[in-house]
Amino acid sequence: MNDVHALSGAYAVDALDPAERALFEEHLDGCETCRAEVESLREAAATLADDAAVAPPAGLRDRVLAEIQTVRPLPPVTTAPASNVSVLRPRRWRPWTAATLVAAAAAVLAVVVTTTVWQPWADEEPALTAAEQVLEADDAVRASQEFPDGSRATVVLSRSEGRAVILTEDMAPAPSGKDYELWLQTPAGDMEPAGLMPDDSDATVVLDGDASEATGVGITVEPDGGSPEPSTPPIAVFDLSEA
Amino acid sequence: MDPGHTEPAGTPHPGVPAAPGHDLAALLKHSARGDRAAFADLYDATSRRVYGLALRVVRDPAQAEEVAQEAYLEIWRTASRYDPERGSAVSWLLTIAHRKAVDRVRSAEAAARRDETYHHRNQPVDHDATAEAAHASLEARRVRAALAGLTDVQREAIELAYFGGYTHTEVAGLLDLPVGTAKTRIRDGLIRLRDTIGVGG
Repeated sequence: MNDVHALSGAYAVDALDPAERALFEEHLDGCETCRAEVESLREAAATLADDAAVAPPAGLRDRVLAEIQTVRPLPPVTTAPASNVSVLRPRRWRPWTAATLVAAAAAVLAVVVTTTVWQPWADEEPALTAAEQVLEADDAVRASQEFPDGSRATVVLSRSEGRAVILTEDMAPAPSGKDYELWLQTPAGDMEPAGLMPDDSDATVVLDGDASEATGVGITVEPDGGSPEPSTPPIAVFDLSEA
Repeated sequence: MDPGHTEPAGTPHPGVPAAPGHDLAALLKHSARGDRAAFADLYDATSRRVYGLALRVVRDPAQAEEVAQEAYLEIWRTASRYDPERGSAVSWLLTIAHRKAVDRVRSAEAAARRDETYHHRNQPVDHDATAEAAHASLEARRVRAALAGLTDVQREAIELAYFGGYTHTEVAGLLDLPVGTAKTRIRDGLIRLRDTIGVGG
């Protein structure tokens, strides 16, 4: 009953609830036997569609072909990390301007000198397994920024995993009474709350929420506990719209 | 069975063989580079299965169209992610379509609808689909023959999961099985189906 391998058949036909699915996908990452089995059972399941085939309404073809005109196929996976270094792109966070962002960043991030070596895998929290899945995903893309105080943040996005991860180095803690809040930007331009950053100077954080369609990641300074919507201009923006 | 087999492109006669050059993996590869003509060919070769699957799962033709459109958009957008080493193109495509359909049917079901009985959920499909079934293609007959080789419970569990969009826990409840046994039936049934038809080698 607790044998996770036994979930392979149900997984192949999308018959797991979200919790089991997450559990099994984490297992799949390290189990080639299950990956191969899931693939073969999906082949079997796909044959069931032969018995269900129905000609779609004629209009569907036109709609599909029209819709793909406005969408760019994702580029193929490369083994080298994508050179996706991003500069602050205030356009996506209208009406904030570049000057506002730079000023905000300088005001918020104090100079911190530290000898801490960046060891993103030093923590042993369970969240790191999900982070590693993103970091090691075939389609992982990265966007990095350095801040005036010498700190650094890198966002890693895997659309196949549907998750984004942020890695920070030498980050000063948020001012007292405030938290750094993370946001995922949707294609429609909305900012979805994606969790709070911990106070650690070097942290690896998996952003909450489905990042498979995200066009950007942002960080704002919010009151302790965060806000449902950004209440200040972002201190950092990572543009993922080309990823 | 050739995992790369394609359905006839837009023909009302299911027995007509597919035009040559309908290598779905190649069409996906070209689509990944933005080749819309290749994608149109891909659509023509797969739309009956994609739409038909969506229709069986969501049961409403209008929603099935939307699901099929979402599926094709994701297929277009992520075509470069298809890895021929990992399985057939048709399986990759239908996995996307199936997931979209199941997500739709589960999200569309508010708490109230979840109370619907098994029988209500399995009302007969519209007549077009029935007529379609009467002109069963070679592939459809092959699947039905293979399904006949499963035990009743295996077959019903797979159909409830695959076409009904139920989780294995819900399937267990619907079939009056002990909790946890439905996933085993589904797995065993799929293995037998796989081995009978000869895919996923």
